[in-house]
Amino acid sequence: MINQPLLKVEDLDFAYEQQSVLTNISLTVYDRDYIGIIGPNGGGKTTLIKLILGLLKPQRGSVNYTIERSDIGYLPQGNLVDESFPITVREVVASGLEHGLTFGRGLRKNESRKVREILERVGLTSLSKRSIGELSGGEFQRAMLARAIISNPRLLVLDEPDSHVDNRFEMELYTLLKDLNEYMAILLVSHDIGTISPYIKTIACVNRNLHYHSSNEISVEQLKVYNCPIEIISHGTIPHRVMKEHNH
Amino acid sequence: MDTTNLLSYSFIQHAILAALFMSVACGITGTYIVARRMVFISGGITHASFGGVGIGFFFGFSPLAGAALFAVLAALTTENLTRRKILRNDSIIAILWSLGMALGIIFIYLTPGYAPNLMSFLFGSIITVTQTDLWLMFGLAVVVSLVFIFLYKPILYVAFDEQFARIRGIPVMLLNYLIIVLVALTIVLSIRTAGIILVLSVLTIPQNIINLFTNRFDKIMIGSIILGFFASLLGLFISYFLDIPSGATIIFTLVVMYLAARLIKVITFGKKYKSIT
Repeated sequence: MINQPLLKVEDLDFAYEQQSVLTNISLTVYDRDYIGIIGPNGGGKTTLIKLILGLLKPQRGSVNYTIERSDIGYLPQGNLVDESFPITVREVVASGLEHGLTFGRGLRKNESRKVREILERVGLTSLSKRSIGELSGGEFQRAMLARAIISNPRLLVLDEPDSHVDNRFEMELYTLLKDLNEYMAILLVSHDIGTISPYIKTIACVNRNLHYHSSNEISVEQLKVYNCPIEIISHGTIPHRVMKEHNH
Repeated sequence: MDTTNLLSYSFIQHAILAALFMSVACGITGTYIVARRMVFISGGITHASFGGVGIGFFFGFSPLAGAALFAVLAALTTENLTRRKILRNDSIIAILWSLGMALGIIFIYLTPGYAPNLMSFLFGSIITVTQTDLWLMFGLAVVVSLVFIFLYKPILYVAFDEQFARIRGIPVMLLNYLIIVLVALTIVLSIRTAGIILVLSVLTIPQNIINLFTNRFDKIMIGSIILGFFASLLGLFISYFLDIPSGATIIFTLVVMYLAARLIKVITFGKKYKSIT
C-alpha cells in the first residue's frame, strides 16, 4: 500500500523541567517519506527525534505508530557516543540486530552474514575488527549508519549525520540515503538546509513549533513567507548564513 | 624459607585463592567500570560501605555484611537518583561517599572498647581471610562470570550506547541495576583483601594496563583477570618476604607494572600509537 502512515505525532507538547521546548507539534510520517528536519540549534530538533523514538515522554499529545519500535533505525548525534569505548566496528554494527534480551556472546550465522553484507555496503569490511576509537570521523559515521540500517528498518532517523565528516563522505552518505529511501522512510535532522535540500522531498521546520513544507525547493523568499529561522551554510546560489526571526 | 614450604601454610593457600577469586570478579566488573567511566561511582560505593562496617561493629554483627548492605544501597541510590535527575550524578556520589565515612567513624567511636580489625577494613588483609570469606568470594566470582558470559552482548551494547539499546528493546534499567549491584558486591568482598582505601586500584589498574595493548572489551576482561591475579601473587610474596602490609604491596606492584607497561609500549610502538582511555 502506498502512502501508508508509519507514525503520527499529534498535538504534542514537551518541556524539560519548566522550560518549554516543543509546543503543539503535529507531523505524520508516511512510507518512503524523506523529510529534512531543520531549525536553529536549541530549537528542539533532537528533542522531537527522541520523542518520536520513544526515548522521551511528551507532557501532552501522543506519538502513534503503525510500525514496531524496532522498525526504526537511529543514528544519534556523534558527540553523544563515547568514541573511546572499547568496542569493535563489528560489535557496534551487530548491536543494530539485537532485539530484546539475547544470551551468549557470539552471533548466529545469519547475523554474521548480515553484518558482513552491511559492512561491505558502507565500505568498512577491512576495518571490522578495529575499535571505533581508531576510526576517522567519516568511518565512524559509516559504522553508526551501518548499525542503524542493518535491521532493515521501515523508518530511518538520522540526527546530523553530516557533522564532523569530510565532503567525500557527505556525498557518499547522501547517495546511499537516496538508495535506502527506495524502501524506507527517512527523517534527516540537519542545521544545514543548503546541503540537504537537493536530496530531501519535504521539509519540517522546528523551532518550538513545527511548520511542514511539502516541497524541498525552499528559497530565501519562501523562508521569508514561512518565517523559518534557518541558518544556511550553502555552497550554491543561496547566500551564506541567512538568519530569520521566528514568529510562529 | 623456600617457596614450597610457604605454600603449605593454610593462610597462604587461602590468600592465593582469595587473590584468584578477587581477580576474576574485579577483572570483569572493573572492565565495565573503566569502559563506562564509572570509577568515581565505584569510589562512592566503596567509601559508603564504611558506614556499614561501623554499624556492624556497633550492633555486633558482621562488619562485612553491614558493608555489603551499605554498598548495595549506595549503588542503587546513585543509579536511581541519577536516572530521575534529582541531583547531579557526581554530587550524589560525593554525598554518599562522605555520609558513609561519617557514619562509620561515629559508630566505631561509639562502640565500646577497641575495634581490633579496623585497619584491615581500611587497608585490607589478604592473609587473614577466613573460609567463609573464601566461599563468598568464590560464589561472587562464579555469579559475575556467568552474568557477563551469558549477557555479554546486551551488557556491552547498553554500556556503549544506552539510548540505542533502549530502542532495540534491551531491558536497560534491569541490566544497569543488576551490574551496579554486582559491582557493589565485588567491591565489598575485595575490601577484605585490598581494603576500602585501596580497592579502587584493583578495579582500574589491570584494565588500564591491558587497555594499553588492546581495545577489545572481552580481551581487557580476560587480560585483567590474569594480570590482577599475577600482580596479587607477586605483591603477596613481596609483602611476605619484606614483612610489609599485603594490600598496600599489591597496589604498589600494580602501579609499578603500569609504569613498566607504558614504558614497554612506548619502546615497542613508539609514541604514535594512541592510548584509548
